[in-house]
Amino acid sequence: MQKQNHAVYKEPLFRVSKREELSLWRAWLIRICAILISLIVCAAVIYFLTKLNPIQVYEAIFEGALGTEKRTWVTLRDSLILLCIAVAITPAFKMKFWNVGAEGQVLMGGLVTAAIMIYAGDALPSIILFPVMLLASALAGLLWGFMPAVFKAKWNTNETLFTLMLNYVAMQLVSFCIVFWENPAGSNAVGIINSITEAGWFKPLFGLTYGWNVIIVLVITIVMYAYLKYTKQGYEIAVVGESENTARYAGINVKKVIMRTMAISGALCGIAGFILVSGASHTISTNTAGGRGFTAIIVAWLSKLNAFVMVLVSFLLVFMEKGSIQIASQFNLNEYASDVLTGIILFFVLGCEFFIHYRVNKGHRKKEN
Amino acid sequence: MGQINAIELKNITKRFGKITASDRVCMNVRRGEILSVLGENGSGKTTLMNIISGIYFPDEGQIFVNGQEVAIRSPKDAYHLGIGMIHQHFKLIDVLSAAENIVLGLPGKLRLNLQEVAEKINALTAKYGFELDPYQKIYEMSVSQKQTVEIVKMLYRGANILILDEPTAVLTPQEADKLFAVLRNMRDDGRAIIIITHKLQEVMALSDRVTVLRKGKYIGTIPTHEATVELLTEMMVGEKVNLDIERPNPVDPQKRLILRNLTCVNKEGATTLDHVSLEAYSGEILGIAGIAGSGQRELLEAIAGLQPIEEGSIEYIAPDANQALEISAMDAVNIGKLGIRLSFVPEDRLGMGLVGSMDMTDNMMIRSYKKGKFFFVDRKKPKNLAEKVIEELQINTPGVDTPVSRLSGGNVQKVLVGREIASSPTVLMVAYPVRGLDIHSSYTIYHLLNEQKKNGVAVICVGEDLDVLIQLCDRILVLSNGKVSGIVDARQTTKDKIGILMMHTVKENQK
Repeated sequence: MQKQNHAVYKEPLFRVSKREELSLWRAWLIRICAILISLIVCAAVIYFLTKLNPIQVYEAIFEGALGTEKRTWVTLRDSLILLCIAVAITPAFKMKFWNVGAEGQVLMGGLVTAAIMIYAGDALPSIILFPVMLLASALAGLLWGFMPAVFKAKWNTNETLFTLMLNYVAMQLVSFCIVFWENPAGSNAVGIINSITEAGWFKPLFGLTYGWNVIIVLVITIVMYAYLKYTKQGYEIAVVGESENTARYAGINVKKVIMRTMAISGALCGIAGFILVSGASHTISTNTAGGRGFTAIIVAWLSKLNAFVMVLVSFLLVFMEKGSIQIASQFNLNEYASDVLTGIILFFVLGCEFFIHYRVNKGHRKKEN
Repeated sequence: MGQINAIELKNITKRFGKITASDRVCMNVRRGEILSVLGENGSGKTTLMNIISGIYFPDEGQIFVNGQEVAIRSPKDAYHLGIGMIHQHFKLIDVLSAAENIVLGLPGKLRLNLQEVAEKINALTAKYGFELDPYQKIYEMSVSQKQTVEIVKMLYRGANILILDEPTAVLTPQEADKLFAVLRNMRDDGRAIIIITHKLQEVMALSDRVTVLRKGKYIGTIPTHEATVELLTEMMVGEKVNLDIERPNPVDPQKRLILRNLTCVNKEGATTLDHVSLEAYSGEILGIAGIAGSGQRELLEAIAGLQPIEEGSIEYIAPDANQALEISAMDAVNIGKLGIRLSFVPEDRLGMGLVGSMDMTDNMMIRSYKKGKFFFVDRKKPKNLAEKVIEELQINTPGVDTPVSRLSGGNVQKVLVGREIASSPTVLMVAYPVRGLDIHSSYTIYHLLNEQKKNGVAVICVGEDLDVLIQLCDRILVLSNGKVSGIVDARQTTKDKIGILMMHTVKENQK
């Protein structure tokens, strides 16, 4: 006989069941509620950990990110670069090619840009200099993206490890170059390149300091959106990403698609490096990419690989980052305080998707007569 | 034979979103009885069994085991209640022996005494008439032997109520008979057995009573000796169905494909096809039978240019050409470029034939998206095609924009077959075209294949239901371990003859 103790009638506490499709506005209502709840939880956390007035902390975050015109532009500039990298890695991730090497690809693009600025910045006229830098940085990023793709296509190597390792190679290359470019000598840093002539620096466009950054990144974003959605190559990327078997069945040359897509992805990362050096920092260090290559992965996946949602997500992340610097100095808080807040907000924003797709019932069952 | 209900279900309801998978179903199984649960795909058989085995929890209703109300919240609860489920896909570890798999996860002493386990297993197998070597490794076993391990595993754990999900789907007729004998022995020993199936012959041959479900609803339970195939079909489908499959005679057959000594080797170096030779004619349906994994998939993929060929040749003769065209060295891309209209409905519908997350329009263009020199894709024609296919094959879908993975199995298959037929092929290859389909959809597919045959297409059909193959095909080629063990005239042959051919080389190897 079986053990009888399990035959006792016990109800489970909660039961989860799949929801029917929610209407769009109800789904957004849930999302907005999630953000509100996350702000309340953040406020509670702030209050109980630091005894500060949460409203003041929120104000400071806002102040830090968008408080002055200059701050607004810096926030915008940094979100644009993050957006650019996120858009650049999107085709690779859509193809389920785990490109964690954006960091290195960006750095290579930046390195080549810096080299051209140093060696040819004063010699070439702007009209030639900028296209050359754009092209060269794209080629450098392309090389860094193409290598792991070739090995993946020909010998099925693991692209995650390969792209990750190439990041360190790129960093070592940058360290190596800094030895020659040191300025002033002994500082172990390149310093601002062409600080007097400003050769190879982005010029203001329509009177906006970062006008070119805006234009280049927006063009890349829109073109990438159209490329993935409306072209045959974009279609091939989607099929390869969903199933290589289906791709072979459809007569798609899988190896070619992998190599081509990674070349594009790498080249765009390289251009992001160009914007970073030529359009923002005007210098190069091993820290130039600054982890953006990894943050961009978060941006891309949070946006479900939708290029337009990435605009919002990258802005949110940079907004919080800038705000954190402000609250760190203003309230003497650790910079990680903002990471905690970002974490809480993301937890609720992502968690609410569960409630959009599933319904939670209480354990009580109707008894039929 | 006492009249105690081993399991009784009362008004079990389970909803998934809008869909009610199980709607106030009542059912009971007595000890010492074999109950068939009969229903088409989507009738809620599997949902019901998952509820009994603790994978789902019902929204409403009560379950009684041995007369006592219980709540089965997890497979562990089911196990403690003595309920054992044997799934269609076996859950065994290949590198372990039968005995090791059987004791896996059971509590016991620190030191495992495999000999003791083996003796217990041998006692069980002797009692019920299984054939099983406890020390044999799983990877050395045939599908039927693996199934035996699964059943013994449940018995070893003291399961009194056994649920088998489509147990004969992967067996030859001879193996199925053996399984039935064992199940009868277990019944006579007082265990309760539930068989989930959609094969009427099995129901008639094996069970004591049969419970019929349709679209999640409970239709009724009748003793098998009072049932007829016609009555059960009517209960299952809800109306009278003509179960005859039409078979027009081939008109003016001409050679279309010639395979000579085709040999393929897979990545692991095992020979999957061993000197296969065959000829396919236009206006004819060539059936391909065999135990699962005998080389059926590789054969079709080799013809379609998706498998590297080690040896041998494939020749294609176009309808108006008198010369044969060698296509063995070509991949799918090049075959398409030559204008050879070779359509292929693969076994793995959502893993090869279609992309589940894409909508119908995007799936329609999977094999034709390259057409046109333009850099952008043209979605207009595929969209029109999608709408046409929906209308002609009566596909049940919210629209062309719905991802195909959301459609039911039958509709997914219609999308795939519809697309492949739309390219007006000269050769049409289909693998398990009706697997998982309800009777109506199955007959729609048979009808479509016959239409193609009448249009002079050379149809090659890999199937698992021998009754259907014998009724539908003109000739049947039997594969066994990658070799052709016979080609028979479907009008003259019997199920048993084919079954023997299916086992052919296996027996040779054992000698």
